[in-house]
Amino acid sequence: MQKKIGYFLVIVITTVLTGNIVALLMNIRERKAEEKVRHIDVVQLSEKDTDPEIWKRNYPREYDGYKKTSDIERTRYGGSEAFSKLDEDPSWKRFFAGYAFGIDYREDRGHAYSLEDQKETLRTKQFKQPGACLQCHAGGMKNVYETVGNGNLMQGFAEVNAMPLEKAWAYAKHPVACIDCHDPKTMELRVTRPGFLSGIKALKEHEGIKNYDPNTMATHQEMRTFVCGQCHVEYYFKGPEKYLTYPWSKGVKVEEIESYYNEAGHKDWVHAETGAPVLKAQHPEFELWSQGVHSKSGVSCADCHMPYKREGAAKVTDHHIRSPLLNTSRACLQCHHFTENEMKERVETIQARTRVLMDRAEAALLDLIDAIVKAKKAGATEDQLKLAYEMHRKAQWRLDFVSAENSMGFHAPQEAARILAESIDYARQGQVAVEGLQRA
Amino acid sequence: MKPSRLVKIEILACLAIGILAGIGLYTFDYAKGLSYFSNNPKACMNCHIMTEQYDSWTKSSHHQAAKCNDCHIPHEFPWKYVEKSRNGWNHSKAFTLQNFPEPIRISPHNRRIVQANCIHCHEGMVSKLIEHRGVTLSTMRCTDCHRSVGHMSLD
Repeated sequence: MQKKIGYFLVIVITTVLTGNIVALLMNIRERKAEEKVRHIDVVQLSEKDTDPEIWKRNYPREYDGYKKTSDIERTRYGGSEAFSKLDEDPSWKRFFAGYAFGIDYREDRGHAYSLEDQKETLRTKQFKQPGACLQCHAGGMKNVYETVGNGNLMQGFAEVNAMPLEKAWAYAKHPVACIDCHDPKTMELRVTRPGFLSGIKALKEHEGIKNYDPNTMATHQEMRTFVCGQCHVEYYFKGPEKYLTYPWSKGVKVEEIESYYNEAGHKDWVHAETGAPVLKAQHPEFELWSQGVHSKSGVSCADCHMPYKREGAAKVTDHHIRSPLLNTSRACLQCHHFTENEMKERVETIQARTRVLMDRAEAALLDLIDAIVKAKKAGATEDQLKLAYEMHRKAQWRLDFVSAENSMGFHAPQEAARILAESIDYARQGQVAVEGLQRA
Repeated sequence: MKPSRLVKIEILACLAIGILAGIGLYTFDYAKGLSYFSNNPKACMNCHIMTEQYDSWTKSSHHQAAKCNDCHIPHEFPWKYVEKSRNGWNHSKAFTLQNFPEPIRISPHNRRIVQANCIHCHEGMVSKLIEHRGVTLSTMRCTDCHRSVGHMSLD
């Protein structure tokens, strides 16, 4: 009996030990394989492959992250849930009176929804929009423009810009996709959107660099910002051709863009309550970021919004592009040696300060709008209201610049505060001018 | 003569130990186990977790003067091997189970080793400084200010 137990023990101990050692061996093997195999070219990608599903076969890890941009998550001031900004803060219905944004204005969702949401918004359902809008809502636009322009990118761009959006949609098959930022042959980062190519050229010329081409002249670190700057910018549709233009030839600060618009005699619409020729700020993330400390330190968009992650022994850029507040440990702690909570608190302190300044700017602008409406009722002439109109335009442009920008001031906190301070001042100046009329 | 039952078990046990030793040694070799006895910095990035630290070390001011072990492991016997084993166990456990927080941070224990090693080499220069209260209470460390002497920002 004892001897049987002896056999049994030898078998059990050997089984357990060999089992464990082999498990460890296999684990090491897997890690080693992860380190060696970066990717396998299952398909040969070309400029015609605009569908991310095809890219998935070569880059499953990156694709997994990209698909996660369909996640719906909230942060304190933003996130990726399409809540109505007009319901959240009804003052904006009045600021956008007479403009499509006054009907439907929602928080943006992730890249995966870029095309779907454009078809969903009442701004395209109830209003006529040009094909220019498509540049940033669909994937593979280089291919679309070259198809329409018979191989000529800029010509196709001009043609699509001018056509009705419904017609342009026929060319769009995917939301923002791999091929928009990557060369299909080399995987190098690249910019493909003509609006950005012309915009950055104008900006660099203003800075004294002629004929700037980011695809050949930018560093890799700059490209990690430029690919995002293709779309996360201020823009307008120039002339009756609706030529999509980034107003950067005088610089990217709020007053430099404003002076560009003033010189071009541009207005986005006439405010329905006051009659002032006002501007709509789009989403000037690139512009505001470029005034901040992260920009000055050479930190790119991708560093915080697409930080590296590790899968086993492989290092992968996280293509789940999202708020760094939802991924603080990887996004911030790589450089900032503090706890996650500390970093979140810092960001939210900056955002809360921006928010209270914005509340003040909104209150000031509402007072100005009320004052102008009242003066008009009392019979003030257009000529008398000229200064008030100018102040309305200036104050609203600045307030909207910070409000439409998607970081609640974080991308450049002091700059955001400066802009809002100016907004408050211009709104109150306008109010003083109008109320002076009534007393006079 | 028929072998007794006990001898049979002994033979079986020898076989078992042989098999175990065989695959054990192979695994050890496959995992570059011997490299961990060396001073070669490349051993520290066998598993690639420390690649960034290694890359930035090659560009740091200490590149010519100190390797990973010179700052991170005690210099004297037997503590050198005690710490190598302790860290080796912790790191291989974490990497095998893939259950560690990132970005990686130095532990308080290992931080004390680094501080001692700074002083070990720079004693002639810092002998008066290290008598300061902050240093004796461990509230101040060399790397608080000299953040990038070894590799990218130290903690």
